[in-house]
This record gives sequence, structure tokens and C-alpha cells, in this order.
Amino acid sequence: MPVSLLWAVDVYGRVFSLSTGGQQWEHCCDAVLEFKRLTAVQQCCWGIACDHHIYLNVHASDVPIRYQEEAYENQRWNPVDNFSDRLLPSDRWQWSDITGLEHKPLDGFLLPSTNWEWEGDWYIDENFGGEPTEKGGWTYAIDFPATYTIDKKWNSCVRRRRWIRYRRYKATDTWAKIPSEGQSGPLPDPFNDISCGGWEISEEPRGRLSLWAVSLQGKVWFRGGIHHHTPEGMSWEEVSLPGEVVQISCGPGDLVWAVLWEGQLIVREGITRDCPQGSSWVVVDSPNPEVGTIHVAVGVSVVWAVTKDNKVWFRRGINSHNPCGSGWIGMVGEMVMISVGLNDQVWAISREDRAVYFRQGVTSTELSGKAWKAVSVPRDGDIRPNSSTSTSSLHSAGCFFSGEVRAQSVMSEDSDTEADPQRAVHEVGASVSSPPSEVTPGDAEAKSPPPALVLSPSQSGGPGDPQWSTVDLEEAQTHLAVGPAAGRGDSSDTCSLSSVVTCMLGLEGLYGPDDHPLWAWVSGGGCAVDCHTQLNWFNSVTALTSSIQAMSLSVSPAQTAAWRKQIFEQLNERSKREIDNFKHYEQAIEQSVWVKKGTMQWWRDWKPHKWVDVRFALEQFSGPEGHKDGIVFLYYNFNEEKKYLHAFINEVTILVPVLNDSKHTFAIYTAERTKQRWPIKLAAATEMEMHDWLALLSVSCCDSRGIQGPPSKQAIWSITCKGDIFVSEPWPSLEACPYPTPCDQMFWRQVGGHLRLVECNSVGVVWGLGYDHTAWVYTGGYGGGFFQGLASSTDNIFTQTDVKSVYIYENQRWNPVTGYTSRGLPTDRYMWSDATGLHECTKASTKPPSPHWTWVTEWAVDYGVSGGTDREGWQYAADFPTSYHGYKTLKDFVRRRRWARKCKLTTTGPWQEVPPIPLSDVTILPCGDQSVVEQIPLWAISNKGDVLCRLGVTLLTPAGTSWLHVGTDQPFKSISIGGASQVWAIARDGSAFYRGSVSTQNPAGDCWYHIPSPARQKLKQVSVGRTSVYTVDENGTEMFPRYYSFARLSVYVFNVALSVQVWIIADKVQGSHSLSCGTVCHRLGVQPMEPKGQAWDYGIGGGWDHITVRGNNIEAPRVRMPSLTDALRPPDISPKCCPLVVFDLQ
Amino acid sequence: MADDKDVLRDVWFGRIPTCFTLYQDEVTEREAEPFYLLLPRVSYLTLVTDKVKKHFLKVMKAEDVEEIWFEYEGTPLKWHYPIGLLFDLHASNTSLPWSITVHFKNFPERDLLHCPCNSVIEAHFMSSIKEADALKHKSQVINDMQKKDHKQLWMGLQNDKFDQFWAINRKLMEYPTEEGGFRYIPFRIYLTMSDRPFIQKLFRPISPDGHTHTLGDLLKEVYPVAIASDDEAKRYQVVIHGIEPLLETPLQWLSEHLSHPDNFLHISVIPAPSD
Repeated sequence: MPVSLLWAVDVYGRVFSLSTGGQQWEHCCDAVLEFKRLTAVQQCCWGIACDHHIYLNVHASDVPIRYQEEAYENQRWNPVDNFSDRLLPSDRWQWSDITGLEHKPLDGFLLPSTNWEWEGDWYIDENFGGEPTEKGGWTYAIDFPATYTIDKKWNSCVRRRRWIRYRRYKATDTWAKIPSEGQSGPLPDPFNDISCGGWEISEEPRGRLSLWAVSLQGKVWFRGGIHHHTPEGMSWEEVSLPGEVVQISCGPGDLVWAVLWEGQLIVREGITRDCPQGSSWVVVDSPNPEVGTIHVAVGVSVVWAVTKDNKVWFRRGINSHNPCGSGWIGMVGEMVMISVGLNDQVWAISREDRAVYFRQGVTSTELSGKAWKAVSVPRDGDIRPNSSTSTSSLHSAGCFFSGEVRAQSVMSEDSDTEADPQRAVHEVGASVSSPPSEVTPGDAEAKSPPPALVLSPSQSGGPGDPQWSTVDLEEAQTHLAVGPAAGRGDSSDTCSLSSVVTCMLGLEGLYGPDDHPLWAWVSGGGCAVDCHTQLNWFNSVTALTSSIQAMSLSVSPAQTAAWRKQIFEQLNERSKREIDNFKHYEQAIEQSVWVKKGTMQWWRDWKPHKWVDVRFALEQFSGPEGHKDGIVFLYYNFNEEKKYLHAFINEVTILVPVLNDSKHTFAIYTAERTKQRWPIKLAAATEMEMHDWLALLSVSCCDSRGIQGPPSKQAIWSITCKGDIFVSEPWPSLEACPYPTPCDQMFWRQVGGHLRLVECNSVGVVWGLGYDHTAWVYTGGYGGGFFQGLASSTDNIFTQTDVKSVYIYENQRWNPVTGYTSRGLPTDRYMWSDATGLHECTKASTKPPSPHWTWVTEWAVDYGVSGGTDREGWQYAADFPTSYHGYKTLKDFVRRRRWARKCKLTTTGPWQEVPPIPLSDVTILPCGDQSVVEQIPLWAISNKGDVLCRLGVTLLTPAGTSWLHVGTDQPFKSISIGGASQVWAIARDGSAFYRGSVSTQNPAGDCWYHIPSPARQKLKQVSVGRTSVYTVDENGTEMFPRYYSFARLSVYVFNVALSVQVWIIADKVQGSHSLSCGTVCHRLGVQPMEPKGQAWDYGIGGGWDHITVRGNNIEAPRVRMPSLTDALRPPDISPKCCPLVVFDLQ
Repeated sequence: MADDKDVLRDVWFGRIPTCFTLYQDEVTEREAEPFYLLLPRVSYLTLVTDKVKKHFLKVMKAEDVEEIWFEYEGTPLKWHYPIGLLFDLHASNTSLPWSITVHFKNFPERDLLHCPCNSVIEAHFMSSIKEADALKHKSQVINDMQKKDHKQLWMGLQNDKFDQFWAINRKLMEYPTEEGGFRYIPFRIYLTMSDRPFIQKLFRPISPDGHTHTLGDLLKEVYPVAIASDDEAKRYQVVIHGIEPLLETPLQWLSEHLSHPDNFLHISVIPAPSD
């Protein structure tokens, strides 16, 4: 789980954030001003400061926010000047946009605000559709507008080229003021409440947000145009209202609720992907007709409200079809405000002690949660650097704030007395501002409004606080009473006055230990927790110890502790002393056979194939050399005759769980059965039984081969299409020449976790990427998942989650009477189907891929389909199945749209997350013997296509420290780093690039060289060795007319052994029993001078997705050819010299 | 870096090379050869000495044989203590193999329990496990187990099956993460020079203020003499499984990794060798 932040404002207007991984509130020192309210999302935090202006704090990321500006330079040929900027009067502008319709002179491009900066100057884009252009980047055509080509022809009369320049958002991690400009000048009155959300309304473009604000006069404003590339948004738009609003809340999806002055609530309707500001309001009554509502907070499918008597209410029956819900339920607790964060988790500030509370037990099935729990962590100002900063003081502080252990507060009282002077000042300050606060909480709403000088909520302090929201109302009323004419000036006066007061309070109170942190506002919108998250916020004592245990990615202190080392050393000495010299003595206990039996179902080997009941037994015994060995027996009846099938444990090559929703199945392969593509398929009665058997069989297999503990650094890693991770210890004979060991004999064992892709190098740095693009680093453990007890290491096993989408298609046919309907022709596909149309998949019947996955969203139309869609997500075609396009033409008789639903899996494994950037590809330099501190080059591509270089990756810190963004002119999709730090990458348009001057001193290199693709193929993936580069093109099947198409390949070429290893996952391989898709293949006979190799050798499959052999630097036994041993190249290879080889199978 | 799992293996597969000799006064038909055997540290004498018994019975008349018992340098060896504990307590710092004298007569009724058959050992072993779980989990874990799980624990020990034993025993070693350890640590401290058989008290792995208790904390509490102050020479050795863990070793970790199969941490405090 990446670290995320909970934001809060205390009653003095100071902004604090609490990290999900931390244990104290961090004071946000950048906030020069005092803040009233905050609304946070994961990437940024918006706030209203006491000057009533809106500020934005965009969290810094390793990948900067960049925007590409482009302009086209157009020229026409004439006989005198040749090509020149002298255009015909009917022509386009000399400088234009891509369509030529808009005039775009280069000096007309201005930075949108002072928070942006230019990255460099304008330059010419020399890449045209994946191919490098001639010098100058010109593309030619007969006339404007026409098709442009790279080649200049005799009839090329016009030409154009593209200029690009990047601008970068620079105001990150600081509070940037957002000008309060409407579409027609400055807004009439200042802001009073703010709420942002709406990022789930549409998947794309990423980073889109809706920002809603309420002004002091009760008007509602919507800020549109907030995207990843325009974090500040465009301008304010007024939203018409049925009344005057005091507070508004916007959820991650399409829920927006607001509170009216009179205490009713209004709900925004008509919010869609195309209309994020919605269309109309619906009024909902306050939970208690006597007592008006003062606050509302909404999430994805929840609404919480607080009434004037501080009672908390939960709205029943909210969903996307019914944003109004059906009724109120009163909840326990008295709160002043509530914030709903991610995953519908709930935070609140209590009326009584002004502490921040977290709602425990909020799950998707129990959205109202179970109980309130106080967040009891100290603020960074509370632990003063000069006093004892030992853990004990931290403890006492924790206990003190939690208010649970009174006896412990003795220590804190000591520090109180020390700080008394400060405290006195503080109290004076409080009393100055307190007169209006003396309304007793019980009858606050019954009393008439107090005098005009009312402080805004963030400034009202001290014990016996009034209910702030009542005050809030009154404040707004005051301004109204003054009247619109004097409104603005007056309010700013009041504000500056009150901000002076708070300033003093803030400075003085900052390092004095308050007897109680009093909070005014909390926002959990950016805080990624769910009910399973282990938070260290509630009990600081145990939290400290656990944080030490789970601290680092590499070696935890407990492992390096002296006592631990001592025990290991002494046990070693003991066995030397007591056993090693006495090995000839007889053992007291003789080893005997151990049998485990059970019943299972077996997928019969012969036709008709069906599940038959069998008895299953594993017999274990000690082999001749002390190795344990065993045999599995499978007893079945055939024609009333008892028969059996057996397999020797030491011949089993892999055990694969084959979960589907009807049976708990696993497959046992031997080398022979791998050749046949026909494993022993068994089904256990329950999932637990299957896991017990798998764990036991796996341990037996490892024992029989003498394998234990974590995989070696040379291990070959692979991943199945279900995301299961397997690892194999390579034998030197795999690359032996001329008689290598067939790779169907490789033994694979499973490692816990769930990944889509894995990459490693020969010193043991292993990274993986999940289906949700999360990056994971291998921790050095083994086991996890269903491996428990002895088959799993105790340390280095962590929770891992993954999210993926399940897709189904809605198909419709047009008929002249009713238009498009779900009534197809009798020959048509199912009206709800999978992508092929062959299987019926309805919303109700479609299940998650296996019982391990659970749904986390509802079905939603997927607009991100390749080929584009119309506004409702439809794609049109003349008939099923043809190519679809995103707009309707007269010839289209059928249409389809894709629905997606996300599901989530939670498991454990030796992996730890590398937040926060989601990745789509990663590569690690396959280096030789590395010292512990030496940096290991690691490159990656983010899921947006940015190229990234990881800094600080060493043996001790395999996760590295930070990303260095490497600028590119277009998004990339594949990257590989080979010998001598050669970095090659493939852009999304299929073109290949080489990164120049990458070295230890300059880890990110200096520039990209565009390398022409072979035969103008669009490339998909690249893997770099030492002297050769291997790529896969986009239509593998077309290039390889037989049955090979490459899903993924992995090449290892490095070090003195001259070992060139080429492994791929092939699409279809024919076995003697069946066809298998996704098979591990090994290219035989690959030599530096013969990079194409000779033949394929088939290993485990099908159902494999990924393999990496880049850890395997074991030297193969081979006949040395002296002429080739010194084929090392100097480190700065000119990119043109590198052979770019695409496999060509005859 | 080795894994904690390796400690469990090392503890389980600890062996003591032993030389059994027949007591000189026993009546034999011909001279008895000594018998050499590797004894598992975690097992019990009477459970693993069938071969010894068979070896010596060959040279004896049936009428001269009573219940077998063992003695080391004049001390009768209690079979209901794990073998490793007996060795650490009585024979640490002596040369190997450990020389044990075998008796078939004059059973020392005052010092030893009778052990007519293996079911007595099983009963003793299981009662220790239950007592330990009462301390660790208020007996909740052991009571939740089925009869066959109990049997598997015993069979694992009897047949020296590490995997079989630990498949069940790991459940006894679990604890709720938020509590940071067992309720009480099942331990026994044995002193060679005392009349008391051993010291056993209630002791928690975590102090009330949240600190982890160490081996040193335990000794300070129950037997402070064992800890040498800084200025004096070391008088005692604190031995578990033949090794001397550092005093700052967390007690919870010790209990999880260095307990005997009976789930008790058996700690020997023996005089330090003078040389």
C-alpha cells in the first residue's frame, strides 16, 4: 500500500498531514497562511485560506507535469525561392496548428500562469509516424491539406514540419494561489467552502477532477477543466441554485450533495461523463425536521450528514441510479464535521474533544461501519527537539493523547510545566478571541446570533467550543446584513483582522504542548486506506515496535541484530562440535515411510474425458543420500478393475494451480507430460484441501531435489496468465553446446504473490509489475500465498493486492422499425457476450476470474476501447465480427460496446510495493559481480508512457530511492537495458530508440537516437543483450507465417561466458495431446556470431505469459572459440553499429 | 542472511554423540561392548534407547534384567527431561562423546519416575504441551485441535519427522499481532546446584509499557544471580540447546524458536568453567 496522507486543520488554522505510514501529524510549514478548510485527493490538496482565496498544493512526483505545445511551420514551393514561407493568399497561416485553421505563431504561446515554466526552447520534431525524417523534419504533400509523406516527390508543392516545446508545472509541494476569476471577471464574493472529487466519472483523461465551491453569499461555483495537464483548472462557472448553500460535498464518482441555509439538503442530478457539473438539484429533507442539517459528506455510494444538534446520520439506499437514497439512519457519536475518503472510509471531528475519529469496519457490504476510533498520534510540534526525544517520551505522548492511560501522563505533565510561559500566552490569546464562543454547546442553535465580530470556524478555540457550523452560518449572515455594496471590503477587513489574531496564536502555540490538539477540519479524500489497512495511528506503543519490524525494503534491523547473529553462529558451532565428527554414529531413530492419503477427482487421460473419483496418496521416504523422496499414487477403477497411476516426486517438474469457479483444480507436470501438453489434472473438494496438497507436494518436490530457501540470484522467473509466479534454478547445461538440457526438464516452484510481469538481474534484484501497474520489489523471502508454515519464510512476506478489469460486450443490431435493439438475428452472437462473441456473458452471470477475486466496482461502460467510441461507448460495424469504429455510418448495421468491472485480489508474497508511479515495463541491467553499494541501472516506463530511470538501486536497497524522469517526445511502451548500459526502447507508435551516453556518471544518458525499424515494421517489444538487440513486431503472426507469434521474449547476453540466451513465450505450440497457448520456448544454438540460433526447444506451457532469464549468468560448459572471446565493445557504442535483429524463421 | 526457519531445523536436528556403557556391577554372560548412538537433543532418553536396550540384553540373562535407567557420573538421568537439557545441565563443557552408564538394577525410586512404556512418555509430553498452551493462549489453541492433530505432534517427535511435527506445532506458535507475543512465556530454569528441580513463574513477553522483554529481563526477575555484573567475572553460563544466547535476545523470539517440542523454553544455568 503506498503511503498517502490524511489532511487536517486545527482550530488555529494550522495545516497538518498524517501519513498512513507515519505516527505523527506533520505540520505543513509551507502554509504561510492559516487555512479554514481543505479538500484532498490523492494527487493534490485544495484549501481555503483565511484570506478566503483558494490555494492548491500539488504533491510533487518523480514524473513532472509536462505539457507539449506544438505548432506547424508551413511552406510552399515556388520556382524562384524553392521552398519558402511565401504562401498563396488562399493558403493556411505560415505558423498554424495541425489543421491549419488557427494561427499559431511561436511567440504567441504563453504560459498559462506563473506556476508554469518552459522546459527548453522550441525544437523540430524529426519523428514522423514512427520513422525518422530527413534533416529538418519536413514532410511533403501536393497541397494543403493532404497526406504528408517523408519523401520529397516531383509533385510535392508544399511541406510542413512540427515544432514542439514543453512547459512544466513548477508549483508542486507548495500552496499556489488560484485567481478567483470567473468567465467574466473576478468573482463577486469570497469562498467559504470547497470540495473536490469526480475523478471516477470517467477513466480518461486521467487526473480529471471536479471542484465545487461555495461563496459566502451561498452561491455555488463549479471549476472545470482540471486535468493532469492543467492541475489548476480553467475558470469558475456559477451553478444555479434553489436556495442558498452553506456547504457542499463531492464524492469520487457522481455524487454531489449540498446543505442549504434552512437546513435541507440538495442533491445534484444529471452528472455524467460529458456533463460533470450536472443538470439539476433535488431537495432532500433534513433527517430531523426540527433540527436542520449543517454538514454533509459523500463518497462513492454513501452519504453522511450532521445536524445542528451534532447528531450523525447515515443515508440508506444510495447508489448510482438513486443518488438521493431512501432514508436516514441515526448513528452513534456527536460530531462537528465528517469527511468521506477513498473506499468510502469515514473521518470525523467529535464535538466533545475535537479529536479526529476514524470509522472502523467500513466495508463495501457494511458501509456504515462499526465504531468510532480516535486517531491518537502526537503532532510534530508536540515532541520538542530539546526535551528527551527518546521513545519513552513518545510513548507518554501517545498515551496522553489517546487519553486511555491516565497514569502515564505524569511525564507529559512535566513537560507541561516547562512550557508554562508559552501556555499562558496561549491562554491569553484564546481569551481574547473567546467572548463570542461562550455560547454553551447545548443551546447554541436556540440562541440569537452573537455580535458581528464572529470568528470563522478555524479560529474559534479553547475548551467549551461552540458548534462551529452555527457560527459559520452567522458569519455569513453578518456579511449579508452589511449588504452587497460593502460586502467585499468588509469581509476582507474582518479576515485580515482575524488572521492577525490567529497568526499570533499560531506562532505561540506551535511548539507549546497544547493540552489537547483541537481540530477544525479533516479531509480523507486522499487517504488510501480500507478496512484491512493496518494503521499505526491508534495505539502508539505497539505501533512503534511494528514500524521497526516492517521498516525497510531490504534488511530489517531485527535480522541484523547481534543477538540473532550470535544464535546463528553458535548453532553452527554446535553442529560442528556435536555432529560433524560423529557422523558415523548410528541415528537413534530410523527413518520410515510417511504416507498421506486423500480423495480427489481426476480428469481422465482417455476419451471421453471426464472427472472421475480417485484415491490419492503421497508416500514419502528417505532416499539413499538422505534426500527425501516420494511417489504419488492415483488409484482409480476402470471396468470394475482397480488400477493405479503413479509419478515419482523427483520427476515432477511443476505443480500449477488451475483455479476456476467450479472446481479447485491443479495440474502435475513431468517432463514427459510437458511434451505431451497433457498434465495430471486433479480437483480437490475444497480450496483449503487443494492448498494443503499443493503445499505438501511442493515441499516434497523441493526436498527431493535438495532445494530450500529463497531462489538463487541466477534463478529464471516466469509468470502464468493467471498471475502466478514460478521460479526455476537454472542448470549450466541449459546453455550447453552442442547438447543442451531440454527445457521441459526444468523444475519450477511457485512463489507467493500476483504479478503480470517480472524482471531480474544476476545479482538478485527482482522487480515485478501487477495487473494494476503497481511496481513491486522482491524482498528475498520465499513462500507466501497458500504456502504456510515451513514452506514459507517468516520475514519478508507481505500483503499484496492486484486489481484487474473483466470485460463483456453488449451487442446490438439495427432494424428499420426500431433502430438499434438487443434483438439480433437468429444467426447472431449473444447479445451479451465475451470479446469473441462465442460465449454468453451477461452482467449477472459473469463472475470474477477465480474465487480469489472479488468485485470492487459495478459494471460501467468502457470508453477506452481501441478504435474509439461514440458518446455512449458504442462502436459500429457493418456486421459481426468485423472491425469496429467509433462513429456511425450508413453502412453500419451492428454496434457493440464494452462494459468493464474491476475485481481485486489480496494475497501474500515476498514482494513490497514501490509507490507511487504505476509502471507498464521495467528492465534491470544484467550486471556481473556487484559491490553492495554500487548503483544498478534500472529503467522503467510508466503507464502513461513516460520513461523513468531509477536512482539508488543497490543490492541492499533493491527498491531504489527515486525516479528520474527522462523526457521523450512521445509515449513509450517497451524498454530494455543490455550490456555496457545500452538502453533501447520502443515508442507507442512502434519506432525504436537508442539512448545515448548512458554511463555510471550519467545514469539517464543525454539524448534519444531514432533507429529505423527493420522493413518498416511496427515494433512491440525489445530485449537487449551485449552485442545484439532482439525485438518483437506488432503482428507476430504475419511475420512468422508458421505458428509462432511472440508474446514476450527475454534475452540474456552478458559476461565472459559469451552465453547468449534467447527465451520467448510462444503463442501456440502443438503437443502430442493438445495445443498450448503461451509456452516457454528456448532458442538453441544462439551464438554471438550467430544471433538467430538454430531451433526452438519447448518448455512448460500453456498459459504462460512472461519469462525472464536475465539473472542467469551461469557459465555454460562449451567449447571455447578463441577468436570470439574478446568481443567486448567499448562502452560508448555508436547506435548505428548495433545490429537490430528481428527473428526470421526461414 | 539465514532465515529463522533454519533455527527451527537446527534445533530439531540437534544430536548428541553418546557412548553407552553397561554399569560394571551388572551381571553379564560375556563382556558388554560400549554402544555409540547419536541422540536427538529434543527427544527423551527412554524413547530413543530401544537399540541400546537390545544391545545390552544380548549379553544378559533375562532374570537379571529389571527396568532400565541411565546415570551420568553418579547422577541418575531423569528421562522426563529432554535429552539436550540433561546434557547441558550435567555434561556441558566435557569432552564428547557423552558417556552414559546403563543400569538394569537398583532403580533409584527417589530420583526417577518409572517409564514402563512409551505411552507414559506421550502422556508426559502432551501434558507439557497443554501446560505451555495454557500459559500462551489460555489453552485455546490446543483445545481447538483435533485428537489427530495431537497424535501428529507426538508421532512427529517419536519418528523424528520435522515437517509432520511443525505442520501442527506452528499453530501453537501463533499469536495475535496486536498483542505482540504470547500471554505468558512457558519457560523453566534449571540449576545444577540447587535442590529445587526448576524455577517456573508467570512472565510476559512484553512489559506493561510496551517494551520487549529479553532473556536478561527474565533472569533479572527470577534468578538475578545468573547475571554477572560488569566488574565481576562470569560465574554462570545460561545455556539453551547447547548455546548461550545473548542476554538482549527477545524472549518471545526465543520461545518461538528455541523451545523444545514440548513448547517449553528449557534454560540451564550452570557454573562457568573455571579455566
